Amino acid sequence: MKVLVGIKRVIDYNVRVQINREGTDVVKEGVKMSINPFDEIAVEAALRIREAGQADEVIVATIGPGAAQQQLRTALAMGADRAILLETDREIQPLAAARALMKLVEKEQPGLVLLGKQAIDDDANQVGQMLAAQWDRPQATFISGLDLSDGKLKAVREVDAGLETVEVSLPAVLTVDLRLNEPRFVKMPDIMKAKRKPLETIAFDSIGIDMPPQLENLGYEAPPKRSGGVRVDSVEALVAALNDKGVL
Amino acid sequence: MATVLLLAEHDGETLNVSTARAMRCAMALGEVDVVVLGAGTDGVAEQASRLEGARRVLHVDRPENAHPVAAVMAPQLASLASEYDVLLAPSSTFGRDILPRVAALLGVPQISDIMEVIDERTFKRPIYAGNVITTVRVPGDCKIIGTARIASFAAVAGAQAPAAVESIQVEADLPTDTVWIGLEASGGDRPDLQSANRVVAGGRGIGSKENFDLIFRLADRLGAAVGASRAAVDAGYVPNDMQIGQTGKIIAPDLYIAFGISGAIQHMTGIKDAGVIVAINKDGEAPIFEAADIGLVGDLFQILPELEKALGD
Repeated sequence: MKVLVGIKRVIDYNVRVQINREGTDVVKEGVKMSINPFDEIAVEAALRIREAGQADEVIVATIGPGAAQQQLRTALAMGADRAILLETDREIQPLAAARALMKLVEKEQPGLVLLGKQAIDDDANQVGQMLAAQWDRPQATFISGLDLSDGKLKAVREVDAGLETVEVSLPAVLTVDLRLNEPRFVKMPDIMKAKRKPLETIAFDSIGIDMPPQLENLGYEAPPKRSGGVRVDSVEALVAALNDKGVL
Repeated sequence: MATVLLLAEHDGETLNVSTARAMRCAMALGEVDVVVLGAGTDGVAEQASRLEGARRVLHVDRPENAHPVAAVMAPQLASLASEYDVLLAPSSTFGRDILPRVAALLGVPQISDIMEVIDERTFKRPIYAGNVITTVRVPGDCKIIGTARIASFAAVAGAQAPAAVESIQVEADLPTDTVWIGLEASGGDRPDLQSANRVVAGGRGIGSKENFDLIFRLADRLGAAVGASRAAVDAGYVPNDMQIGQTGKIIAPDLYIAFGISGAIQHMTGIKDAGVIVAINKDGEAPIFEAADIGLVGDLFQILPELEKALGD
C-alpha cells in the first residue's frame, strides 16, 4: 500500500505575522518558512505505518512555489520515500488544492491519504474533507489515534464533545490533530540521504484540473486590540475589581 | 431576499447552542430554514422550530443519520442546498467536518469561521491563529457556503412560536463504509464550556491532575465551566474536550479566569472574545497579562484557596 501525505509550506509557527503597509498581504519576505506543523504530524504518522509493515511507500506532495522543495526535502529527511511538487506561484485555495491532490490520487492509487487538519496560515480546515468528497471515500478528521488492521482503520477523533471513534474502509482520507504523535527530529545523515531521494516537479497548470472559483481577498487587518488592564496585588483587590466590573 | 439553510447541531436529544449562535449569522444573510439531520429526533426539530429566525424546519429523520458521519450527511445537504442561496453551519468540529465535504460536492469555495457579515457576499474571518483578519468576497453567482465562528455571534432566543416542521425525504446515495463506533465524553454536571457565562481554566502551572481539583472547586463555587490550555491537556491533567484555543474551543464567556496559563498566541485566539479576562500567574512577564483586564502575579496555590474562600462569603 502507498500512503500519500499532503504538506504545505507556511510561515513558521514561531514567527509573529505582520501585515504589509498596504494591507494587501502578510509579510512573507525574509520570514522563516516551515512545514505546516499539523502536516509534519501527518508525515510522522505515515512513516510509522510504513515502519509497522503496513505500507510500502510514503509519498509526500505539496502545491506551491519552487521554494517549497525545502519542505519536501525535510519530509524526505524524516523518511518519506519520494516527493512531488505541483509548482505554481499562484494562490491555490482549498477546493483547487483538493482537485489537484485528486489528480495525484488517480495517478498513484494510494490506500491512505494523510493531511494536517488545517494549515496554520489560512486556518481553513477544508482540504482533507474536500478531497474525500472528490474521491467519494470515507474521511476521519481531527484524529488523535489510529489503528490499522485487515484493510480497516479505526480512528479516534478529537471532537468538541470528547473522543469519537469511527471505523473506515480503505482507501480513506485522514486529517490529523496535534496529539496523534510527536514528529521525529531529523538527523544530519538523513538530510544528506534526502538529497538523493526522488523529487518530481510538475507544473500545476499542466495537471489539467477544472479550476474552481476562489474567494476574492479584499484586504488584511490586525484584529482589534484589547485595551490594557489593571494589576492588582491581592485576592481582596481582585474580588473588588471583579465586583467593579459587575461579573460576580 | 436570500434564502439560507442552517445546519443544526445536536446530540440526538438536545439542540447544541452553537446552532442558536450560527442563527444570528444566518439571519444577517436572509430568510432562514433550519435542517435537522437525525434519527428519532422529533424533539430536536421541535427545539429548532422555536429558534428566533427559523422560518421552517426541515427534518430528515432516517437511521443513517443517527450519528454525525460527514460522508453520510454531506450528499443529503448537497441535495437540499440546491434550493438555497446560502448554506451555513456552526464552526464546531461538527460543522468543520461536514461542510467542506458539501462545498466540494457542489464545486464552490467555503468561507470558514465567518466572524462578521459585511454584505451578502462579503465576510470577515480570522487567519494566522486570529492574528490577522481577512475580508473575503464570494465571486459571481456562486452559492455561499460557510461556517459561523460561534464565539463571534450571540445566541438567538429559543422561545418563538414554533415554526412549521416538515419531515422530508432526500434522494441521495449514502455510503456505508464509515462506521460510527462511539463517543467517550468527559461529561459531568458542570456547565458546557462553549456556552457558559463563566469559565475557569488552568495551564501547565497547575502541575498535576490532582491539583486540577482546585480549579474544579473554584469553578463550582462560581457556577463556571472548566477549561485548560493545550499544555495542560498534553500533560494529561484533563481530557482534550477541555482545551481552549486555536485547535481547541473558542469561547466567549462574560468572565474568564486563567490560572498558570502563560498565554501562547494559540490560547489567546480562543479567549479574546471573553468579556473580562483575569490572569493569575507567578511570572509577571507572561504574555497573558498583555490581554488581561485584571492581572494578579503570585503563587496560584495560595491564591486559589484564598479566592475560593473570599467568594464563599
